Amino acid sequence: MSLFLRDYLTVVWFGLAALVLAGLLLGIAAAVRPSRPNAEKLIAYESGVDPVGMGWSQSQVRYYVFALLFVIFDVEAVFIFPWATAMERYGWFGLVTMLIFIVLLLDGLVYAWKRGLLRWV
Amino acid sequence: MTSLLAVEVPYWGQSLLRVLGGIVAVLLPAGTIVYVFLFKMMSFMQSRLGPMEAGPYGSMQLLAEVGKWLQKEDIIPENADRVTFKMAPLIVLVSTFLLVVVVPFGPDALMTDFQAGIYYALAIGSVSVIGILVAGWSSANKYSLLGGLRAAGQLIAYELPMVLAAVGVVIQAGSMNLQQIVVAQNTYEIFGLDWIGMPFVITQCVGFVIFMIAVQAELTQPPFDMPIAESELVSGYMTEYSGFRFLTFFIAEFATAGVFAFIASVLFLGGWGVPFSWFGWDTVDSVDNWMNVVGPIIMLTKMMLLVGIIMWVRFTYPRFREDQLQQFAWKVLIPVSILNIGVTAILKVAV
Repeated sequence: MSLFLRDYLTVVWFGLAALVLAGLLLGIAAAVRPSRPNAEKLIAYESGVDPVGMGWSQSQVRYYVFALLFVIFDVEAVFIFPWATAMERYGWFGLVTMLIFIVLLLDGLVYAWKRGLLRWV
Repeated sequence: MTSLLAVEVPYWGQSLLRVLGGIVAVLLPAGTIVYVFLFKMMSFMQSRLGPMEAGPYGSMQLLAEVGKWLQKEDIIPENADRVTFKMAPLIVLVSTFLLVVVVPFGPDALMTDFQAGIYYALAIGSVSVIGILVAGWSSANKYSLLGGLRAAGQLIAYELPMVLAAVGVVIQAGSMNLQQIVVAQNTYEIFGLDWIGMPFVITQCVGFVIFMIAVQAELTQPPFDMPIAESELVSGYMTEYSGFRFLTFFIAEFATAGVFAFIASVLFLGGWGVPFSWFGWDTVDSVDNWMNVVGPIIMLTKMMLLVGIIMWVRFTYPRFREDQLQQFAWKVLIPVSILNIGVTAILKVAV
């Protein structure tokens, strides 16, 4: 197996180790702890007031706008990193090209800003 | 790490050593942070002594706490989605373990050697959002739902400044491999001084400040603790959790603080290294073997320093409002970090 894949295998071992560790402790806890459920205890805790309606409600659309903006800038970061590692090879040409790209994306942020989308209404 | 003390170690042995090392690297910082900062430093700042009964100066308090949480009843609300409710703390804990995989602790004391280590770290660092959203959503509780959504909104907003601040380091080091970033900081020189190396905290001070603010927000520590604001959301996405599942969230929170501090010290403070010119090393292969023992100690020291700053801020400042928090990320941190990239790039090409 190549070294590259072996590194990912190590990642898998770490994930399994975390699950085993948590499982072990949860198992001990399951053996030790009491379990006396009753109807009142199992009601959702909303500061002592009985819950009204469902626990799942609609959420505000403003989170959606921020999620969209996030995707744009995260994709930008994906493009910036490879250029950043090979900065010396591309020199001034790469720098100017990249700055144009960044300015175009910043334009999007400025537009959202002017439209008032960054305000938490 | 194929040989240890001149003994060849087979693959399974290496993996076992790595996993054991990783468990230590996650749990040791978590325990130390909780005792030193959360129990003691916070108490001293508030003019009290903190736990004093269990062991000398309350040093055995952590064991007592774990014993206590093990015996707590595990309550799952009737309306909750049981499977995902149980899954959520595990997702958060696993993401912490996957994050520590990339951190180099010495010239050979590595768990993995990814070429794109920073990519991996930043990608895995945002997995815990999923666990938090799942926790908030599956609890069937309005506080939890609001807390989960706030956490998601905050974590994606502060993910960006963190990623963009790391770009400056990548530009200077010319590599995304964390080991090579450490080597770069210890072999470069600055101001013609060849004995201090060049920790990027000097040249990337703006990036460092942005990175630490973003880490503070990613960990949802005050003043960025809107998702678990106890005065309005009880405990946010953790409201319905009790017993050991709650403790899992708690451990993961402070373990992640430790791991993020490890990553920050690799990126900005020179990682495990000392300036190579002190001992006449020039590449990573020529570094003496004892650095594999000293390196982790240096890393722990830097980690405690950075987490100390995080906790100091946590105990000092009042909480941001939700709208201030989002605006601070989008209107201040992101433009400044992009400016930082531009300036760093121009200087790198011009000089």
